[in-house]
This record gives sequence, C-alpha cells and structure tokens, in this order.
Amino acid sequence: MGDAAIERWSRQQSVLHRRDARAKIGALFAFLAAVSTTSPDSQIAFAGYALLLAAVIAAARLPFPGLLRRAALGLPFAAGFALLLWFSGERARALALLEKCYLSAAGALLLVATTPMPELLRALEILHLPRTVVLVIHFLYRYLFVISGQARRMRWAASSRGRLQFRSAAGALAVLFARSSARASGIYQAMLARGFSGQFPALAPPRWRAADAAFLIAAALASAAVRMAL
Amino acid sequence: MPVIRVRGLRYRYPEGAQALNGVDFDLEPGECVAVFGANGSGKTTFVLHLNGLLEGEGSIEICGLPVIKQNLARIRRKIGLIFQDSDEQLFLPTLIEDVAFGPMNLGMPPEQAAARAQKALERVGMGALLNRTPYHLSSGEKRRAAIAGVLAMEPEILVLDEPTTSLDPPGQRELADLLRDLPQAKLLVTHDVFFARALASRAVFFERGRIAAEGTVEEIVARFNWTPR
Ligand SMILES: Nc1ncnc2c1ncn2[C@@H]1O[C@H](COP(=O)(O)OP(=O)(O)OP(=O)(O)O)[C@@H](O)[C@H]1O
Ligand SMILES: [Mg+2]
Repeated sequence: MGDAAIERWSRQQSVLHRRDARAKIGALFAFLAAVSTTSPDSQIAFAGYALLLAAVIAAARLPFPGLLRRAALGLPFAAGFALLLWFSGERARALALLEKCYLSAAGALLLVATTPMPELLRALEILHLPRTVVLVIHFLYRYLFVISGQARRMRWAASSRGRLQFRSAAGALAVLFARSSARASGIYQAMLARGFSGQFPALAPPRWRAADAAFLIAAALASAAVRMAL
Repeated sequence: MPVIRVRGLRYRYPEGAQALNGVDFDLEPGECVAVFGANGSGKTTFVLHLNGLLEGEGSIEICGLPVIKQNLARIRRKIGLIFQDSDEQLFLPTLIEDVAFGPMNLGMPPEQAAARAQKALERVGMGALLNRTPYHLSSGEKRRAAIAGVLAMEPEILVLDEPTTSLDPPGQRELADLLRDLPQAKLLVTHDVFFARALASRAVFFERGRIAAEGTVEEIVARFNWTPR
C-alpha cells in the first residue's frame, strides 16, 4: 500500500469497483477462510482459487502483472517458515504455505485495488471495527505516502549533491524517521485545525444494492465450492 | 471587542527552544494585519496557539472565547488556519473530498459540503481538478487547494502562514484579490512585502519570540530595513 498505482486503480470503474465495500470485505473473508482451511495436499484446489482470482481481476479490469507482482511482496516473510518446513521433510506443507500466503495476499490486494480508501474505512466503521483501529489504518495509509515521498526527496537531495550512495544508511534512516514523524504530527495538527474529531466523514454514504448481495453470495459459494469439491 | 486577543503568551518547545517570550496582540474585526519577522522568530509557533494546537502560558481569546479544551471545537470553526506547508494540509485521496473534509466535520450533509468544496475550489482557480489526487499536484496547486480547504469552512478569522510561497506571480495577485474581497479579519504571516502592502493596514514585527514593534507596513519595513534588495 502507500502506493500511487493502487490508489489509482482503486478509482477506476468496473463491476467490481461499483460493489459496496462491505460486500467485498465479506467476500474476502469467505475466500480467506476457504483458502486457509484447504488441505495442503489438494494442489488442484489452489489452482481453483487462482482461477477464481484471475476471473475477478479480469472483471475488475486491473493489470495482471502489476497486481501479481505486488501480491508477491509478502512472500519473503513466509519463505522463512516454508524453508523450515521444507528441510524438516514436509515439502507439501511448505509449498502449500507459500501458495496460501500468495493467494491471500492477492485477494486482499484485490479489495484495496477496487475500493477507494475512504470507502473502505467507512465500511469498516459501519461493520463496527473499533474506531481506533480504523484511524490507525487510515493514518498508516496516509503516512506511508508521507514516508515514501520523504524518502524520495532525500534520495534526490543526496544524489543531486553528487553522492549517489548514502554514506551512512543508518544515519539517513534516522533522519527519515525524524522528518516523517514531524510531518505526521503536522498533518494531524492540520486535521485538528479543520475540526477533525475522530469521526470519518464520507462524501457519498454507501448504499447496499441487490447486486452487492448477489456478489457476496456468489463469491462465498464459489470459494466454498472450490474448497469442498477439489 | 477584538476577534483575537492575546496576552503574555509564552511557549517553550519540549526539545528546548523558548519560541515565544511574552506576546501581546489584538486583531480587530475586519482588520488585516501582516506579521513580519526573521526565520525562527516564532511566527508559526504563535499562529499554532491561536486555535489551541499548541498550549503555552498566558491567555488567548477568540471572539471572546478563551482558548481552552472545552471551547476548541467552537474556536476551530471560527478560525481558519492555512499552514505554512500545504503538504500537511492535504491528506484525502481526491481534492474535492479533501476540501469537503472541513465542512463535513462541521456536521454538514455530504451534498452541501461537496457544493461548498466545489465553490471554494473554483474561487482559487482549481475547479477543473476536483477529482485529482492532492499528493501529485504542483506546490502552487497544493497551496491553492489548502486555501480552498479553509475557505470552504467559512471561518470568521483567516490566519495564513506564508500563503504566497510557491505561487506564481499571477497566482499571488489572484490570492491578494481574493483575500481583499473576503470580509473576514485576517492575520497574514509573510516575508512578502509587496503582498503585505497590498492587503494589510497594520504590521507587527516578531523578534526572538516577542512583538518588537508595530505600525503601518511602511513604518515596519523602513524601521527594520525589511526588503530583499
Ligand atoms: N517542532 C519544534 N520543535 C522544537 N523547536 C521548534 C519546533 N518548531 C520550531 N522550533 C523552534 O522555535 C523557534 C520559532 O520557530 P517558528 O517556526 O515559530 O519560526 P518562524 O518565525 O515561523 O520562522 P520562519 O520564518 O522560518 O517560518 C525556532 O527557533 C525553531 O527552531
Ligand atoms: Mg514559520
């Protein structure tokens, strides 16, 4: 996240983009539940989930390469555990772990790539996620932009002074965090100045339509079908 | 009754610097006052106190209301603060949402807030960019958007911290024209003498956390030799 491409994708138009965020959250949970409870041996089921995702990506008219690449960003974390399993002889489980991680990440990415952040936050609020959690997600999202922007500017500043490599990466990192936190507190002050009281206003309140219910049911049934049948 | 009344304001940042050292200041209704002073003399620190973002010793009243916790919500709808750094002011994914953020916080229904936001964006010449992402605008466009975000709240007092930075010359002229047409009392923190001359009837000069002098813009400029050339 904190990624301009995802932000841009989330504002495109498609049948999936038009669905209520709550329906998409529900569908994601059904999908995650199915994936996580699938037996490590049923490789064909993982192929089935992948096909489901592919169909949804196509329906959402999102670019496959960009999305698939970003979904892989979480894999290095899972790879450590997978290696342990692999060397203790549980090869099927090691493979399944990576597959489950990748499928789950791709599913979650699909949710954020088809739902603008304010809509998503609003939906989480309606679904009674605690306010503090919603706020933390929002600030995290906003500050990721801040930090990546800050890092880019520092990189430019450093390289335009003729030094392409930071001599002391640790020092630069410390400065980056100090600057980012000053920035973050500035943003929070500016929000307070405009009357922010912890409530999330949304310009267009969400509306639940029949198509949203249909989508949620279809997604849950499809996930369950793959889980049971394959 | 002054719309801003400050007495004996002192503030030290937790990290050490004594940024304000006994500030007394009044702003009358409809008045536009320029705030001059060297870098680091405490101007930004001063304006951050006016709506309770920083809390120092001394007393501040906005339209007769003391700036204390219980009054902050009311005070923040009376006083519109435009930050020195526009990047800090913009944080929602589209311009229209960002500008509507303030009115929505005032409890306005969405359509009305959106209409106000649109009007404010048109006033600053940004009506065509409603659905753009604020983080990817030019600095001058960000500045205009930040100004729209505060105008949309229709506050009784406008406080602008270096509003002309990164505006192109026509943009500076348009901002001066826009501000001149607004009936609110204004506090204008600026290094731009031309801009201050065009708008302010009075000026104060900050020096090491206090107001060292006040007078007309010409008097202050002459006394402190406050011109770039
Ligand atoms: N967040 C902070 N933490 C610690 N010290 C600070 C902080 N912000 C400002 N200061 C210090 O407080 C003093 C007043 O700073 P302030 O930002 O109010 O100056 P200013 O008059 O607005 O300057 P400029 O014209 O450069 O904007 C300076 O000495 C500055 O170093
Ligand atoms: Mg300043």
